[in-house]
Amino acid sequence: MRRPSLGAIFLALIPFFAMCFSVSAWDRIYPMIFGLPFNIFWLLSWIVLTSICIGAMYRLETSRTSKDSVRRHRENELE
Amino acid sequence: MSPNAIALSIIFTIVVLGSAIGFYAGTRHKMSLEQWTVGGRGFGPLFMWLLMAGEIYTTFAFLGASGWAYSRGGPALYILAYLGLANVVAFFIQPPIWELGREHGMQTQPDFFLAQYRNKYLAAFVSVVGVAFIIPYLQLQLTGLGIIVEVASFGGIGRTRAMMIAVSLLAGFVFVSGIRAVAWVSVLKDFLMLIAAISIGIYVPHVYFGGIGPMFATLAREKPDHLVMPGATKNLGHAWYMSTVLLTALGAYMWPHSFGSSFTARSADTLRRNTVVMPLYNLSLAFILFTGFAAVLVVPGLMNGDLSMLTIVRKTFPAWMLGVVGGAGALTAMVPAAVLILTASTLFSKNLWRPIFARTMTDDQVAKLARIMVVALSLISLYLAIYSSTTLVSLLLLGYAGVTQFFPGVVLGLFWKRVTMVGVLTGMIVGVACTAFLILSNRDPIGGLNAGFLSLCFNFAVTVLVSILAPVKAAKLAENFSASGSDAP
Repeated sequence: MRRPSLGAIFLALIPFFAMCFSVSAWDRIYPMIFGLPFNIFWLLSWIVLTSICIGAMYRLETSRTSKDSVRRHRENELE
Repeated sequence: MSPNAIALSIIFTIVVLGSAIGFYAGTRHKMSLEQWTVGGRGFGPLFMWLLMAGEIYTTFAFLGASGWAYSRGGPALYILAYLGLANVVAFFIQPPIWELGREHGMQTQPDFFLAQYRNKYLAAFVSVVGVAFIIPYLQLQLTGLGIIVEVASFGGIGRTRAMMIAVSLLAGFVFVSGIRAVAWVSVLKDFLMLIAAISIGIYVPHVYFGGIGPMFATLAREKPDHLVMPGATKNLGHAWYMSTVLLTALGAYMWPHSFGSSFTARSADTLRRNTVVMPLYNLSLAFILFTGFAAVLVVPGLMNGDLSMLTIVRKTFPAWMLGVVGGAGALTAMVPAAVLILTASTLFSKNLWRPIFARTMTDDQVAKLARIMVVALSLISLYLAIYSSTTLVSLLLLGYAGVTQFFPGVVLGLFWKRVTMVGVLTGMIVGVACTAFLILSNRDPIGGLNAGFLSLCFNFAVTVLVSILAPVKAAKLAENFSASGSDAP
């Protein structure tokens, strides 16, 4: 199976870092934002940002796929 | 009408309406095996979303999320994190799984292992493990349903009777309409769930504290420890959080039913688009957590945290709203239960019984056997839900940790050419055995880490090591790679 691009993998690591590995940096109550404890506010924002990251991955990968298929098509014609 | 009768009639109406939609869903299609299991591979983005959301938002999210926020506090936040990350993973693995699925006509997870590793015993092993972990999950849905309906009807319908009615209805619509029923009933279920979750999550803090902000301010003043990890627990700290988020993010789409759902998509692109919008659905879970946090202050001292949400709803809302919540809760159990039964029946008939015991069976005969299994499995899970409910939570944790052990075999199979059948099988056996041992002997969490995550690490290591060390048989992945037309040797 074709491997995903480095750009997409990089974009994928961002939410993992923000929501998972950096937990000790944001798991606290203050400052409260919009009345929410900081950790809950942080996670809710990152749910939305994760969706945006995946959207960016989508644009990156689909543009690559369409270029790929054009290239493969040309190669086939040459053969 | 008495409150009891009002709530009861609303629950009844919702459940009957949902089931009627399910029965109707399949009537315009001739139910071949492929139509029954993967909807003829014709689901577009909207249906795909409904199906996936329908599967993931189970009674555990409904009762468990508020229950965790109530009894454990901070550690419950993992519920907000994992679904988004699960979709990051799904973005990479679902499209290639779908491509291979179309090529080989796959309908189930063991079909995937069979095509990738060319060994029917590995596929049969995957089926056995899959069914073994589906049954407790199914049992959990039914028990949850029993609790919801009993509480929401003010005891008007007992637990056992509620479960029996619901199981006969859902077995009926799965029998008739297959996977299409699941997606269609999800329409009603998701709609009601969203309304219920948001209105409860906003209204309850408003009534008792004047809003969500003041509610958290009160909680931060009175019980500040409850809002951060490890909350009310001793051993669910940051290491546990990270390992659990990783385990559940990698495992969410390894459940045999979620894995099989990718085959229903019309195209690989449908699945990619779905992963972009799925995380947003998780926002609604925040409202359920808010309810659990409010309950800490409003109804302290409950023995069973899972009842915190229903208790507070019963205390706060009029009877008709309790009926809506009860009906939504019942469908939230029935939809996942339906797809679990469908998947387990197909795994048993298509990937275990036919290849091992009855090689001459046709697809139509498999479809017949699968439908008989729907009835059999419904009865088994009903029996389990009625007669044993003691170790439910540990069984669920075991299930999640268990199905995640499929992950190395799936991902390495897709992206690493040197992985071998023997490597995957040994890795999986080590992973499942390790999970079962650690969790059933109450050693979870171990050293601050989620035991399932630790098992997954062993599994990965063993799979890779055995694949490198053991001699490779010739007929393996190479053909699949060249067939998919990319970087073939």
